[in-house]
Amino acid sequence: MGSGDCELHVLAVDDSSVDRAVIARILRNSKYRVTAVDSAERALEVLEMEPNVNMIITDYCMPEMNGYELLRRVKGSRDLREIPVVIMSSEYVPNRITRCMEEGAEDFLIKPVRPSDVSRLCGRLRN
Amino acid sequence: MDYVNLRRQAASLRKSLFDQGYLDEQFYQLEDLQDDASPNFVEEVVTLFFRDSARLMANIDQALDKCVKDFNKLDVYMQQLKGSCTSIGASRLKTECTFFRECCRDENIEGCMRSFQKIKREHSVLRQKLESYFQLLRQAGPIECATRPSK
Repeated sequence: MGSGDCELHVLAVDDSSVDRAVIARILRNSKYRVTAVDSAERALEVLEMEPNVNMIITDYCMPEMNGYELLRRVKGSRDLREIPVVIMSSEYVPNRITRCMEEGAEDFLIKPVRPSDVSRLCGRLRN
Repeated sequence: MDYVNLRRQAASLRKSLFDQGYLDEQFYQLEDLQDDASPNFVEEVVTLFFRDSARLMANIDQALDKCVKDFNKLDVYMQQLKGSCTSIGASRLKTECTFFRECCRDENIEGCMRSFQKIKREHSVLRQKLESYFQLLRQAGPIECATRPSK
């Protein structure tokens, strides 16, 4: 990130502490400000308090509210719907991917997520 | 203290973890994420893994003890465990988690139980080996740089 660029803020959502640590590290290594939370419910609380989230990256399978439901809530909100939402999943389920993309997901990543995946996403974000 | 020897032992133990299939490529990815700003990242993630996996395995133990087996619940727990194994590159554990899930799909309780015993053994061995590895790294000092074994 060159001088003069503002720091982009990514909200990472994953109930797995391991995956949360990894995705947060990948994002921070790419110089993004990261807020990492362990549930979709907590993510919605953060979005209500913190207006300047530039991207949400969320696990699909989470207890209570899953990533798809979070995506729907974000895309259904007038205040939040412009925020790109990326879904992550450890399972390749074509119907799941299609459903998320049709609901407006920016991308769907299969875990384990790699730095190259994040670079590609965030490159689009900066453009 | 012979730091060179300690580093050599750490490197040898690390190589054996890959050669014997305990770890896979994903562990390299974690090492690549470690830097001066986060010098203990790999050990921190591995610590998180063993904390979370112990909890999941306790849940699975309880679920297997019940008279009426809930294969859906068992599969959900094992999916979470498998996900964490994948994230740190715990290859042998991941393979056994996959087998357990197949047993769940077949509603094969005997298979689940045998598989889970194997998971517990693999988990314990991996924990011991990684704890030894990180202890050697700590003793060897911060200069230790993990490098990929030559292919």
